[in-house]
Amino acid sequence: MAPILEVRNLTKQFGKGKERVTAVDSVSFAIEPGETVCLVGESGCGKSTTGRMVAGLLEATSGEVLFEGKNIKQLDSAAFRRYRQSVQIIHQDPYSSLNPTQTVRQILTAPLLRHNKVKPGATAEKRALELLEVVDLTPARDVIDKYPHQLSGGQRQRVAVARALTVDPKFIVADEAVSMVDVSIRVSILTMLARLKEEFHVTFLFITHDLALAKYFAWEGRITVMYLGRIVEDGPTQRLITDPRHPYTQALLSAVPEADPELAQHKRQIELRGAEIPSLLALPPGCTFHPRCPYFAPGLCDVAAPPLEAIPEGGRVACPVRRQERVSLLV
Amino acid sequence: MAKNKLDWHTGEQNNGRAPLSLENVHVSYATRRGKVRAIRGVTLDLHAGESLALIGESGSGKSTLGLAIVRLLPETAETSPGVITYRRDGREVDVLRLKPNEMREFRWSECAMVFQAALNAFNPVLKVWAQALDTAKAHGWHDKDAIRRRLVELLEFVQLDPKRVIDSYPHELSGGMRQRVLLALSLLLNPQILILDEPTTALDIITQRTIIKLLRELKEEQHFTMIFISHDLAIAAELADRVATMYAGRVVELGASDDIFYRPRHPYTLGLIRAVPTVTGGFEQLFSIPGSPPDLVELPSGCKFHPRCAFATDRCKQEEPELEEVGPGHTAACWHWREVEAELQRNPLHRGALNVLDVIEIDEEVVS
Ligand SMILES: Nc1ncnc2c1ncn2[C@@H]1O[C@H](COP(=O)(O)OP(=O)(O)OP(=O)(O)O)[C@@H](O)[C@H]1O
Ligand SMILES: Nc1ncnc2c1ncn2[C@@H]1O[C@H](COP(=O)(O)OP(=O)(O)O)[C@@H](O)[C@H]1O
Ligand code: SF4
Ligand code: SF4
Ligand SMILES: [Mg+2]
Ligand SMILES: [Mg+2]
Repeated sequence: MAPILEVRNLTKQFGKGKERVTAVDSVSFAIEPGETVCLVGESGCGKSTTGRMVAGLLEATSGEVLFEGKNIKQLDSAAFRRYRQSVQIIHQDPYSSLNPTQTVRQILTAPLLRHNKVKPGATAEKRALELLEVVDLTPARDVIDKYPHQLSGGQRQRVAVARALTVDPKFIVADEAVSMVDVSIRVSILTMLARLKEEFHVTFLFITHDLALAKYFAWEGRITVMYLGRIVEDGPTQRLITDPRHPYTQALLSAVPEADPELAQHKRQIELRGAEIPSLLALPPGCTFHPRCPYFAPGLCDVAAPPLEAIPEGGRVACPVRRQERVSLLV
Repeated sequence: MAKNKLDWHTGEQNNGRAPLSLENVHVSYATRRGKVRAIRGVTLDLHAGESLALIGESGSGKSTLGLAIVRLLPETAETSPGVITYRRDGREVDVLRLKPNEMREFRWSECAMVFQAALNAFNPVLKVWAQALDTAKAHGWHDKDAIRRRLVELLEFVQLDPKRVIDSYPHELSGGMRQRVLLALSLLLNPQILILDEPTTALDIITQRTIIKLLRELKEEQHFTMIFISHDLAIAAELADRVATMYAGRVVELGASDDIFYRPRHPYTLGLIRAVPTVTGGFEQLFSIPGSPPDLVELPSGCKFHPRCAFATDRCKQEEPELEEVGPGHTAACWHWREVEAELQRNPLHRGALNVLDVIEIDEEVVS
């Protein structure tokens, strides 16, 4: 199948002169229709910047974004508008992304009317009520006249999803979409998103720093791990979680606190050589993980950036030293 | 170091060994909407050397309870009725009756609290060394060399380079470094109890692991008595001996960590556990808890969890259950805990590792 979205050598730099940093460095991946891909990594590794370039909210410094096979830079203005509608982004904090002076009705009907999304014989209000049902905000009539501050965090996030759905998106970038929602209701929002995948054939790029959540949401999909602006490993979720190959992926997975006392007891502790993440302003040469990596090979790892190479078990690993070695995360 | 001058009494025989006891503690905040009843009758003994985790959703009252113990609640808060008793070496004090100067002493030398928002907890215009010096001097400790030696020792313990950190301002440190400096400062005057509010929230995963390791060392090697406050069940699973689940200002279940994680008897605890995924555990179906936490100004009748509870009956709507014994050292406040037990016999909570055989087979090569 042809990918719905592809990025090639996508790079974003911020700042000028001495302050110039490369927040996203030559990132390439392709996502097929219906596939779920999770982008994971620690704060500042470039996940959101990648997501914003994918959604056309931020221009790349170099490299390409291809949506349905077409380079978005080469689209005419009508086609670019269609692409911007097809790719929607949902942010972490629905409170700041929803206009506090508008009711849910206004939040939903405005884009429906503006983009001519009301079918003949229907009304914007009817469609708004339908969308509220889709995101499980029922009874919809009780919600439609409320303001954002009258809703709980989870309900606001559902309104944000409903608003994204007004323009019939094919692709949704969900950036930490449930990170601020209480654990007790997180799962119901994930289940609702998973249903959009099935019923509306929406493809997801799900950005999160929470690996357990990534595993759960993308169990049948793929995970991509970023470190300091680069992809260090990707692959089918079940392979990546049970058999991670890049030392950074292993360090990350072994560091995740487990909500289960037995697993917490048996987690392998991987000792890193350095604790602090380097600054983007002073990136180490070669593999940028080398100052922390327990397998650092001098003269090899600190010379050239290791290429992202495919492994037979599925996915790609940017580490020539450890690509073929398996390590257990439990002892 | 000057030893403190709290108004000690000779301890009573019962509970003589629990360093901290809460009895029927209530806290409410005065707001324009009315009284926010944040804590409604918490009774709890903290055992010497144990680590107790307080878990529960945002707004369940965890931080309020911690702040009530060290009496750092805002002026709009009222802590009454209730009694908080602190004990050391067979003597005890009534915490809620301590005078302000005694309270300062108590907070550093007896029961220290490390806060959720690590940056706000510092004085922004003081370097780390000046903060330590100020604190020590305020407690009658003037030997600069000794203070410096102690601070260096503590900074090394939290795995920071003292040379780099000691002359830094708080804003020059990363979040993880700040959290560790705070931990070091809180240990400066050798408190007996440490209360940590969301000690790892908002930190990156690898930094979280560093903090968890440090806290484990404090617990296992130095036998500190600790209270962890977190909405993240993983912190409880990683660090706690006992776990207390809070809901709408009450402890609704309390027990040994394994009892809480594998044999919970309160539907809310069960709901929380079934809502949280693991990384190395097997893939499992997760469930969320319907509805949202109650409005603490207008609380529901009866059991405060009833609007969200799958086990609720008419009785639950009328009468609020008290904690009762459901197993050795394990209490829960639920009329229908036996049905939760039956449900768990049908669907046990042991997660097991993902691909255990696979994992053991390839285990010859050890990383650390
Ligand atoms: N200064 C205040 N004035 C009014 N209400 C307050 C104040 N501080 C806390 N509350 C309320 O008290 C309740 C308990 O708050 P608390 O912060 O203790 O909960 P928590 O479980 O620790 O939450 P979180 O995980 O968000 O920190 C909440 O309903 C909160 O809104
Ligand atoms: N508008 C901006 N100006 C300057 N730096 C930025 C900007 N946006 C992001 N960055 C930097 O780019 C890096 C990656 O940021 P981001 O993609 O937001 O990370 P993540 O979402 O993974 O936390 C960070 O170092 C961040 O500070
Ligand atoms: S390339 Fe070298 S330093 Fe980088 S992850 Fe692999 S072994 Fe470690
Ligand atoms: S008392 Fe009733 S409503 Fe409350 S937790 Fe138990 S079963 Fe549920
Ligand atoms: Mg981000
Ligand atoms: Mg709190």
